[in-house]
Amino acid sequence: MGALLEVRDLTTYFFTGAGVVRAVDGVSYDVREGETVALVGESGCGKTVSALSVMRLVAAPAGRIVSGQILFRGRDLLALDEEGMRRVRGREISMVFQEPMTSLNPVLSIGRQLTETVEIHLGMTPAQARGRAVELLGLVGIPDPGRRLAQYPHQFSGGMRQRIMIAMALSCNPVLILADEPTTALDVTIQAQILELMKDLSRRLGVAMLIIAHNLGVVARYADRVNVMYAGKIIERGTAREIYANPRHPYTLGLLRSVPRLDEPRKSKLDPIEGQPPDLMRLPDGCAFSPRCRYVVERCARDIPPLGAVSDGHDAACWVADRVGQEVRA
Amino acid sequence: MTPSEPFRAPASPTQSPGGGIGRGAEPPSAAILEVRNLVKHFPLGGGRVFGGMAGLVRAVDGVSFWIRKGETLGLVGESGCGKTTTGRCILQLERPTSGEVIFEGRDLTRLSPAEFRPLRRKIQVIFQDPYSSLNPRMTVGQIIAEPMAVHGIVPDRQARKARVPELLSRVGILPSLADRYPHELSGGQRQRIGVARALAMEPSLIVCDEPVSALDVSIQAQIINLLEDLQAEFHLTYLFVAHDLSVVRHISDRVAVMYLGKIVELADRQALYEDPLHPYTKALLSAVPIPDPALEATRERVVLKGEVPSALSPPSGCAFHPRCPIAVDECKRVVPELREIRPGHRAACILA
Repeated sequence: MGALLEVRDLTTYFFTGAGVVRAVDGVSYDVREGETVALVGESGCGKTVSALSVMRLVAAPAGRIVSGQILFRGRDLLALDEEGMRRVRGREISMVFQEPMTSLNPVLSIGRQLTETVEIHLGMTPAQARGRAVELLGLVGIPDPGRRLAQYPHQFSGGMRQRIMIAMALSCNPVLILADEPTTALDVTIQAQILELMKDLSRRLGVAMLIIAHNLGVVARYADRVNVMYAGKIIERGTAREIYANPRHPYTLGLLRSVPRLDEPRKSKLDPIEGQPPDLMRLPDGCAFSPRCRYVVERCARDIPPLGAVSDGHDAACWVADRVGQEVRA
Repeated sequence: MTPSEPFRAPASPTQSPGGGIGRGAEPPSAAILEVRNLVKHFPLGGGRVFGGMAGLVRAVDGVSFWIRKGETLGLVGESGCGKTTTGRCILQLERPTSGEVIFEGRDLTRLSPAEFRPLRRKIQVIFQDPYSSLNPRMTVGQIIAEPMAVHGIVPDRQARKARVPELLSRVGILPSLADRYPHELSGGQRQRIGVARALAMEPSLIVCDEPVSALDVSIQAQIINLLEDLQAEFHLTYLFVAHDLSVVRHISDRVAVMYLGKIVELADRQALYEDPLHPYTKALLSAVPIPDPALEATRERVVLKGEVPSALSPPSGCAFHPRCPIAVDECKRVVPELREIRPGHRAACILA
């Protein structure tokens, strides 16, 4: 399957009074037709800004895509005019946000919000649009969709609102959905429902998904491939199985080892990553993770490690990736 | 009135005489806190013009448990299950509708504000969001020193000043940060300040209300380790309120699971996680993601239908029955009692 989305050396900075925030600093990744790719990292790592950059929704004037290419079906989205971009946004590529309550319009009925998109993008008549809205709500598992069209966002629970967001994202038959922490605001049992629904829809409708998450646990079941971000850069990427079974970057390993796991015997002590993420305005020299890294060598504080292959289809940006690999296997 | 007991029971799950307080089960003498039939209903106003009451939110609906001195009781459940309100009733931040909160032998719900005041400092709280719970206009040093002054823990001003750097270093903050304001600190550092502020009161019980859920994964483990170290050093007792079952398993000696204002299961950590009896606990455990795609590919998942019903009009009988995968007809009629199924292991399910 060919690449649907190819992000090449994307660099997005925020120019603030206090200095330049290097939110996304030379990031490259692909999403192929129909697959599910995860971007994982903690707050401030640049995962959300990288997705907003794809949609060209970075908040101006402070935020700016400084350089790079975003190739969608071979076209560079950064070269499109605003009108051309509008035709892509919401139609070929759509988004699901973390907090459905703030991303739905509280004063418009669900029906109005669902029909508006298809009337504008697909030129449907109001009657056709209504039919489509009912079909979409049924698709995402909302009971009695015909009656619920007239209701407003506050009349739905958090999980139901997220289903509505997914219905809206699907309304114009997109080929790619960017989902920014789609289940973070939801309860555990509802999280499971929404993720199962998204995976199922992605399979049935052949939609590719880029899922953004702050936690490796959530995406383990759903992602085909995983990109781990730290301080604006992708520091490791590979197939999901490879990343979880054989992590080669100390940060990925640290993320996996710091969380208690229900499938393992309880440890007497957790194994955290010491320190805290760097200030994106004052990044350390060399590898941004080096001040927190257990495997640090002299070179790390001097040279930024490039993202290089450690095995077939598995890349890591670490000078001592081999040593990390040996320890994981041991 | 019993004075606070010097005895500290090292929490040992194997010696637990009972998982909760119900008919016929008495809390051990080492219990520092006992909650009996706690009820907190919030009336829903019918509007100013027409008056009257539009309904009653049954946030906490008859909850009983106890905590041994020195142990950690985990209180888990999804949003709206009443776990935070339970914590707030223990802290006397909410006035319970009925029930008792017996702390070191005294029922806090019957004390006047003046009688409660000297006990206040002994029950501290650590909140979820360390940003909104720290005064933005006070320095870190002032935030920690002020309650010590108010409660007369360290009445002398100079001595208080000296105590601040001690507390800061104990929670892993450089004492030189005492002059900073909360917004100058990271989320993890702010949560450490919240811990230091609680610690300054020399408490015996700390209600930890989702203390790590707002933090990044790599920082969560730091704070949990800190809480465990402090517990061992200062013989603290924790009520650990959280929704993350993996974290609760790690930190708790015993665990209570809440659903719609009631405890549905209560047991020692090991029994609850390895042999859960209530279908809701089973579903919760199966919804927890495991960071291993190979394992996830073969793992059976109980995905619950529907959503948590409103505490305004809980379902009849067992409140869980509309979502329960094994419910029978009787579940719609009978409110199941939290009963001891095995020694120390209680569940509120007629099929357990």
